[in-house]
Amino acid sequence: MRIPESTGSYARDNYLSQGRPGLRGWLLTHDHKRVAILYALAITGFFALGAVAAALVRLTLVQPDSQWISPETYDKSFTFHGIVMVWFFLIPSIPNTLGNFLLPLMIGARDVAFPRLNLFSWYLFMLGGLFTIATLLLGGVDTGWTFYTPFSTMFSNTHVIMAAAGVFVSGFASIVSGMNFIVTVHTMRAPGMRWFRLPLFVWAIYATSVVMMLATPVLAMTLLLIALERLAGVGIFDPALGGDPVLFQHFFWFYSHPAVYIMVLPAMGVTSELICCGVRRRVFGYRFMAWSMLGIAFIGFLVWGHHMFVAGQSMYASIAFSLLSFAVAVPSAIKVFNWLATMYKGVIDFHAPMLYALGFVGLFTLGGLTGLFLAAVALDVSLTDTYFVVAHFHYIMVGGAVMAYLGGIHFWWPKITGRLYSEPLARFAAILMFVGFNVTFFPQYVLGYLGMPRRYHDYPPPFQALNVVSSAGAAILAVAYLLPLWYLGRSLWRGASAGPNPWHATGLEWTTPSPPPHDNFPEPPVVERGPYDYRDP
Amino acid sequence: MSTPQPLAHAPQFDDPTQQRTAAVLGMWAFLVTEVLFFGVLFAGYAVCRWRFPDAFAAGSRHTDLPMGAIETGVLLASSCAAALALRDVQLGGRRAATRLLVLTAALGATFLVMHGFEYTDEYREGLVPGLRYTQDGPLAGKMEFFFYLYFAITGLHSVHVLVGVVLMLVMALRNARGRFRATYFTPVELAALYWHLVDIVWIFVFPLVYLVGRAG
Amino acid sequence: MSASSLPQASSYAPAVDHLFDAMLLLCGAVAIGVFAVMFAFCIRYRRGHAADREGGNTRLGVELAWTLVPFALFLGIFGWSIGLWAKLRTPPADSVPVYIVAKQWMWRVQHPDGTREIDTLHVPLGQPVRLVMISQDVVHSFYVPAFRVKQDVLPGRYTELWFTATRAGRFPLFCSEYCGVGHPSMRGSVVAMAPADYARWLHAQSSPGLAARGAELFRRFGCSGCHDPGSGVHAPDLRGLYGAPVPLSDGSVVRADDRYLHDSIVLPRSQVAAGYAPIMPSYQGRIGEEDILALIAYVKSLEVEGGQGHAHP
Repeated sequence: MRIPESTGSYARDNYLSQGRPGLRGWLLTHDHKRVAILYALAITGFFALGAVAAALVRLTLVQPDSQWISPETYDKSFTFHGIVMVWFFLIPSIPNTLGNFLLPLMIGARDVAFPRLNLFSWYLFMLGGLFTIATLLLGGVDTGWTFYTPFSTMFSNTHVIMAAAGVFVSGFASIVSGMNFIVTVHTMRAPGMRWFRLPLFVWAIYATSVVMMLATPVLAMTLLLIALERLAGVGIFDPALGGDPVLFQHFFWFYSHPAVYIMVLPAMGVTSELICCGVRRRVFGYRFMAWSMLGIAFIGFLVWGHHMFVAGQSMYASIAFSLLSFAVAVPSAIKVFNWLATMYKGVIDFHAPMLYALGFVGLFTLGGLTGLFLAAVALDVSLTDTYFVVAHFHYIMVGGAVMAYLGGIHFWWPKITGRLYSEPLARFAAILMFVGFNVTFFPQYVLGYLGMPRRYHDYPPPFQALNVVSSAGAAILAVAYLLPLWYLGRSLWRGASAGPNPWHATGLEWTTPSPPPHDNFPEPPVVERGPYDYRDP
Repeated sequence: MSTPQPLAHAPQFDDPTQQRTAAVLGMWAFLVTEVLFFGVLFAGYAVCRWRFPDAFAAGSRHTDLPMGAIETGVLLASSCAAALALRDVQLGGRRAATRLLVLTAALGATFLVMHGFEYTDEYREGLVPGLRYTQDGPLAGKMEFFFYLYFAITGLHSVHVLVGVVLMLVMALRNARGRFRATYFTPVELAALYWHLVDIVWIFVFPLVYLVGRAG
Repeated sequence: MSASSLPQASSYAPAVDHLFDAMLLLCGAVAIGVFAVMFAFCIRYRRGHAADREGGNTRLGVELAWTLVPFALFLGIFGWSIGLWAKLRTPPADSVPVYIVAKQWMWRVQHPDGTREIDTLHVPLGQPVRLVMISQDVVHSFYVPAFRVKQDVLPGRYTELWFTATRAGRFPLFCSEYCGVGHPSMRGSVVAMAPADYARWLHAQSSPGLAARGAELFRRFGCSGCHDPGSGVHAPDLRGLYGAPVPLSDGSVVRADDRYLHDSIVLPRSQVAAGYAPIMPSYQGRIGEEDILALIAYVKSLEVEGGQGHAHP
């Protein structure tokens, strides 16, 4: 058996050819698959914008006192990078593209529960994006993506309200999608698709949706309060009147820590699918995997205070948050060990999606373990707000979430487009990305340990060597990110037809033609077995 | 009503029951997010009141208790009307339901008008942070927090009431046109659920804003 | 290993480094384990390679073992870290206070004897130093990598940080909480000196003393007009006030600590002492945080010098 192999012809009657033609057919579509494509195009654009901002930051840091962009521009660059990458790429990345496309297919439904809301979510997202781009065109914002008060409310002279409005509106897109996915999983499952027959990707999207729904309103309201405080010149976060800036940090991290799990839970779901197919085995400890996702979503709500160990919260609060932060590592560790155990006695194919999945497991492990350094309060005191933290969360978000996103895109590309891409190029890109990523971010752990603080455009000269290495790695990473654009794009015209199931994978989405028809399944599916029923060996 | 036509349902659903389950679950999910929206403001209120109890008590004494009490009554009555309207639709009624839905909307509008009067009075007294705040005295500074939160909470709530009024009028119109019947009443049910949430939020706002400084 | 790259210059640093090294060892072992197993499986079970592939099901015991054993180890780390943390949060009784006022974008330092410096903090070796810090504008963070300590500096509220310098030298001080465009220029240094050198340095600065400066400010800002024992205005007597319980007009009782005194100056009407009319004007915006610190030092000194400090009503 060769994997991937063409298993049939390109399905002529598919969601791309059916339905209303032309631009109107796309912009007014109710088809979850088309909405997924709309989201994918949008977030690719935002990723490019965020990457340009990151490039500015990395180029500046090549020299300790680089003057080639002004300090103001540097501050606006890292702020823009953070806002765009967090809210306009990472948060919607897997849930709104792969999730939107695959969730109904995986549970055997014709669409999500509320197709119109689904499209509405995209418009909200684009409106939020428009505000964010308007912020950039007006001159940017310099508060950092964290909007800490009172800097953001009383001191910054940049376009804080516009930037907050962008995030606020896109937050509603997130809430609407989360609600939609939850209702879809609850009510739209095909006959026989019991809860514990759901693929882990569906569990991941479900857990993510719960977090999206419960955490995002808190962020939206908090940003509203920031805008109100700037407009009214008075507010509960303003210390000049006796208000409490730390209260803002509590509200902010109450959202923004769970937001990390919005980014990484779907990545775990994707990785589970990729690994099971790559090793052709049933996932090890299916129920543990499913419950650990819900566990992460739940405990994830209780650890926000670990961002504030040195912010002046009480000693006992810090102790509790530290303990809970160690506890949230348990379900994450279960996942890593179970992925490894799944490989045991498997038949492993090293196709591109599997390489991405292995990359995810490795980088997520490193990111997670360094997270434990930060969960230990005594170490966090010296490491927080340094490059150690920057490296840590980039391992989770770029090494983890972005790797998994790209792995998922490669894995389901034949399903989405009906075409096969160039496997050798894809493998090369995956390996290059892994190398480039580590060269970029591993030195930052060391920089942080040595005490280099975040958000410095001008730093003591002894830190230069490691910064140069990091910037060089970023250049490799940039090439690795551009490659898929090329060979995936090319496959649309030149790629061989994939047929329904080029990976010989299990899962309902592989039982329907590629690309799937408008109604997803020619015959309504009936489920008789659990997921990952690989019988290859 | 001679020949009941087969119930329509959206193409993504298998049958009307599935559609109704999905719609109701979706509404509950939405209500949960609403609770969290208000939750932030209530948490902010709790923290500030815990830190400045006197100023909050003093601020509360500036609010209009009789108005607030009448508004509470109006909202409770409107919720009752909404519940009766739903019951009437479920039992196959049409005329009474339309009237009850209009009554709900009217009571909601009354609430908004009364609140408008309150806001006007507070503006005259100089109690609006950021616009016209002319208080003086030992607690004036911290009292500003109270009024900041007061306007944030009641403002957000009033926006919700406004949406609800429009929603109720739409439901009344659709009911008058015979869109609902004993076997299909989901939109009315969802609108009523929303209206009850708006009412419940107010049940929390009323003691926090109007009563808190008047105890003991 | 870690000592070679970053100096250990405080009594706290070696303890933190031990914990760091232990953590590195433990996490390193887990990471190497994960990668080794991954590589081993990748090689052994690659397609086309003959290997025993029979059996191998989910086992609860295995699952629990690899979950709970590392968790127990990491709980040990948690306990260790909490011990250190508690130490970091409880300054020894003999620590000497030094006052830090942060503003965009500089560190202003005041020693108890009134010596002031900017962006540099001189400390004697072997002497626990307790920093009492406040910000005049946004959130900053006081970070000395060589000491392994960091504490956010908040507006409107004092935060504390203590350390004992153990190695002489000049160590970088960073602001580590983003505070605006000058954030990276908010750097300075901590100079640790042998006690004798420190005494000589302090002597050379020859300042009048923080409390003495406070006394001067007490008159200049007109505080003495009301708060002097001989004044005709009905205002609280400040002698012996520091550390004493103060009954407030709302019936509650607070302790007259740094925070209370600070708030009484900038927000006098928020906590009015029982039996007094709320007539004191706010000094918010009229008096800098450094001067407030001097005034507090003066009020503190009244307790010592006054001797006859009376119990408060």
